[in-house]
Amino acid sequence: MNAFDYEAPQSVDEAISLLSAGNGNIGILAGGTDLIAQLKEGRKIDLMLDLKQIPEATALSFDEDSGLSIGAATSCSKIYSYDVVKNHYPALVDCTSLIGSIQIQNRGSVGGNFCNASPAADTPPAVIVLGGTCRIAGPNGTREVAAEDFFSGPGQSVLQSGEFLISIQVPTPAANSGAFFLRFIPRNEMDIAVANAAASVVLDSEKTTIQEARVAIGAVAPTPLLVADAGAALAGKAVDDEDAIEAACAASRAAARPISDMRGTIEQRIHLSGVLTRRAIQGAIQRAKES
Amino acid sequence: MAIKKEDYLGIENYKVVGTRPIRHDGTDKVTGRAVYGPDFHLTGSLYGKTLRSPHGHARIKSIDTSKAEALPGVKAVVLGKDLVQNYEDKVSDLGESSVDLRFLIANVLAGDKVLYDGHAIAAIAATSAHIAEEALNLIEVEYETLEPVLEVRRAMEDDAPLLHDDLKMRSLGEETDQASNIANHFQHKQGDIEKGFEEADIVIEREFATGTVHQGYIEPHNVTAHWTENGKLTIWCSTQGPFEVRGQVADVLGLEVGDVRVIPQEIGGGFGGKFRVYEEPTAALLAQKTGKPVKMVMSRTEVLKATGPTPASYIKVKMGATRDGMLTAAQAYMAYEAGAYPGSAVGAGAGCIFSPYSIPNSLIDGYDVVVNKPQSSAYRAPGATNAAFASETVIDEICEQIGIDPLEFRLKNASKEGTRRADGPVFLRIGQEEVVKAALAHPHYSAPLEGPNRGRGVAAGFWFNGGGTSTVVASVNPDGTVALVEGSADIGGTRTSVAMQFAEVLNLPIEDIKPNVTDTDTIGQTDGTGGSRVTFATGWASYEAAQDVKRQMIERAATLWEISKDDIVFEDGSFRSKSDASKSMTFKELAGRVNRAGGPVVGRAAISGKQAGPAFALLIVDVEVDPDTGKVDILRATIVQDAGKAIYPGYVEGQMQGGVVQGIGWALSEEFVYNDQGVMVNASFLDYRMPTTLDMPMIETVIVEVPNPGHPYGVRGVGEVPIVPPPAAVANAIYRAVGIRLNELPMSPSRVLQALWKADGSHGQAAD
Ligand SMILES: Cc1cc2nc3c(=O)[nH]c(=O)nc-3n(C[C@H](O)[C@H](O)[C@H](O)COP(=O)(O)OP(=O)(O)OC[C@H]3O[C@@H](n4cnc5c(N)ncnc54)[C@H](O)[C@@H]3O)c2cc1C
Repeated sequence: MNAFDYEAPQSVDEAISLLSAGNGNIGILAGGTDLIAQLKEGRKIDLMLDLKQIPEATALSFDEDSGLSIGAATSCSKIYSYDVVKNHYPALVDCTSLIGSIQIQNRGSVGGNFCNASPAADTPPAVIVLGGTCRIAGPNGTREVAAEDFFSGPGQSVLQSGEFLISIQVPTPAANSGAFFLRFIPRNEMDIAVANAAASVVLDSEKTTIQEARVAIGAVAPTPLLVADAGAALAGKAVDDEDAIEAACAASRAAARPISDMRGTIEQRIHLSGVLTRRAIQGAIQRAKES
Repeated sequence: MAIKKEDYLGIENYKVVGTRPIRHDGTDKVTGRAVYGPDFHLTGSLYGKTLRSPHGHARIKSIDTSKAEALPGVKAVVLGKDLVQNYEDKVSDLGESSVDLRFLIANVLAGDKVLYDGHAIAAIAATSAHIAEEALNLIEVEYETLEPVLEVRRAMEDDAPLLHDDLKMRSLGEETDQASNIANHFQHKQGDIEKGFEEADIVIEREFATGTVHQGYIEPHNVTAHWTENGKLTIWCSTQGPFEVRGQVADVLGLEVGDVRVIPQEIGGGFGGKFRVYEEPTAALLAQKTGKPVKMVMSRTEVLKATGPTPASYIKVKMGATRDGMLTAAQAYMAYEAGAYPGSAVGAGAGCIFSPYSIPNSLIDGYDVVVNKPQSSAYRAPGATNAAFASETVIDEICEQIGIDPLEFRLKNASKEGTRRADGPVFLRIGQEEVVKAALAHPHYSAPLEGPNRGRGVAAGFWFNGGGTSTVVASVNPDGTVALVEGSADIGGTRTSVAMQFAEVLNLPIEDIKPNVTDTDTIGQTDGTGGSRVTFATGWASYEAAQDVKRQMIERAATLWEISKDDIVFEDGSFRSKSDASKSMTFKELAGRVNRAGGPVVGRAAISGKQAGPAFALLIVDVEVDPDTGKVDILRATIVQDAGKAIYPGYVEGQMQGGVVQGIGWALSEEFVYNDQGVMVNASFLDYRMPTTLDMPMIETVIVEVPNPGHPYGVRGVGEVPIVPPPAAVANAIYRAVGIRLNELPMSPSRVLQALWKADGSHGQAAD
């Protein structure tokens, strides 16, 4: 590891000016569970910019109208311990509570998970199906990007130089809705997803018909994917319509463009996209029924 | 069958042996006070780092270290040519195995060829670890890459690239002229194999492959080396075998063993992998060049890429049995990957593969084969787990086909006293029958297993256990406590189990014994902590040392009382005169007076060559297979094992559970993955997947006690054999759960899925 400078700006503006000041290679620090590991493996930076003194970056709040706001550096454990999240966003509990271990969850953040932009990251699918957006700050003010549009490739996002992610906004769930996230790993913890998937559904007031659905899959393409065809296959169908669910699974399999590596083969990952899509949809429907 | 506890449990009339006191080193290890190698630091130390090959197989054309040497903070650079080159042809002792010195040297720092990804090439000492690391990037090495040989069957082919130009195959005990990657081919024959298969009603032949797996100890290899002004070398390190390290370091550096002192620190796991030296000689060279202490600590990636895993293997097993369930013949072809240099555990594997059974006719061919992977090392019952995966699944298939309960079959065919093993030796009293009986009697075996995709499997395992040399010295303190000095690195709580055997003789409270693991200059030769030998052999020496103390104490009492020592007995913790009841002293009282009655009492014992007691284990395991994902969950596991006598039952149970966990990791998720260039792509604990606590149920244990004849308390070794049955038992359970037989380890989700798809003719698309 080489020597580098460290700054902890107190405000968004201060962070922006540090980012724009030509400080060489900057490593933005949230929990550091990716960044510090990367530094140890040879990533070189000149300045470490710690976001955790910026109030917006570690905030966590909820408002009926605007929904849930998750500061980019808010730790996973703070998120899943928040009553609002427990009661209204169980899919966020699913994903934040299985990242690494408790130690990792105490440091690691959803913002870091997004900005690291691993194709196998565990929080994007849930945020995508919940209709989340990313608030990005930059020299020209802030902009918002839909969660599914945030990623541009392995390790790459739409963040431009001088920009950083301030928060993730997740709208208030509709009535009679439910969402669910799961992943497949060979062990029961401490692993990287071979494939993962999330689904959300909005049911009618009888809770027998799916009015609207979203499905997202991860670790099976260069970026997390919103599978629009899967959602379309479910919309307007009965909750127990096996053909519709199978059509959604087929849509996920068709959308998957995985690679083979030591964590899984192409064939296995395509297959798992279908299996996990089915389980995510069933989980989401179950939660919607219980809501 | 009615089986009583007395059928498999030994006597229990001891005072100390068989209890569970608080271990002497326990609190410090739990609170973090214990000193491990990386904690050890000498003022003025430099930090060493090793440059390693990025290629699986390459010739080194040139090395230029000038830029690295010019970096401020860099104090020395060493290369392979700095190691002794004019060594004699000799074999260096590695405790559980041995190695030709030329290979040991070339593994420490490569000569003109690198033979695996991670092979050490050069090392740098600098004022900080970061500078040393940075300097590594400045060393310029020019390679000519060669085709790597990454699998044992490929390595044995005639057109496979050769790793060593000068390696000639040894065949059936004879040297040959044939240049080959096969270092050795041996054979064990018993009875008439053809006739045996003719007598069989059913014959099954299957092929198996197992992956390269690592011991996975949490503490990385580490060393601090320091020279005295008069040219003596001291090494602080984490090792299972301080005396083996002393010997290897002396061999590699061309020193006498008397020039080297090895001080073992607390050890954070070894499992067989901490016998061989890696950076110890390198650190010594750097320390010699700079005149400063040099400390080196490996990273996890270095540990995985460049220290000894256990061999991957290809095994073909053919077994025959009669319809009424008697084995008539067994044949095995076993090819093990030695890694870059000869010396895999195939010999041990061949000695274990059929040993739980009495089989009249057998034939085993073993091949030790070099491949472009790190030199393999011992790992808990080295070679036996691979072997049992093959033989124990074939036996399961035989049981299924003739319709016999797999435990009844194992009982019918069990090895017993007098059985001759396929590799020659005849068993003395052993406990395989008792182990199988205890398994049959266990409620797990008869518990209902309900629900789809669930199955129960069993498998047996055998391990020889080791004897070896141990020295113990015991000094009696005036307050009646005893300083017990031993040379066995304590991996599994052996300080306490060795001290307990001492305390039992003298009827002392265990807290009054202060066990110390010391260094190679302060205790006599003691072989390393391997082969499950310490509680057996060092325990035996400790028992003998206690007898020596008792003899001397009786002499001192005789002097004090001015009576004949024949008139004195030691009973219930007191020395008494048989003829005069008024003359009686407790151990403590006498201890306070011996210094003025003939001098301090120092007991000692050095033992060697005692007959170790072989161990048998049997695992019952329940699994559930997720047919959609191929994931296998372990629902319940019970390990039954003959300990001879459990000195400290908690340690025995811990060893049994630990072995099962490692065996399950091997079964389901652990393996080295190489790309076609021979680069290991999963050299981290993220992708080299060892089981976590969430992957394991509580592992139930049943200790069987069939005393080992000879040992004062009947101890057999316990540490290794429990790793042997799990892969086969899990494979057998998977078969019973979902009807597929897997013949390749690990039985990862993708392999299970593939096998399920193959079995039902689908490609997975329909399965969801
Ligand atoms: C043992 C272990 C287990 C893990 N298990 C999982 C797992 O199960 N699932 C999973 O998905 N991940 C896992 N991870 C990866 C990691 O923990 C997660 O990606 C985590 O969410 C990262 O958050 P962080 O706050 O630690 O990010 P950091 O390491 O602080 O940052 C990650 C990257 O994003 C950049 N960055 C951070 N915040 C911002 C921002 N606001 N704006 C711009 N750039 C930013 C950083 O510069 C860095 O490049 C694991 C890591 C470890 C070490």
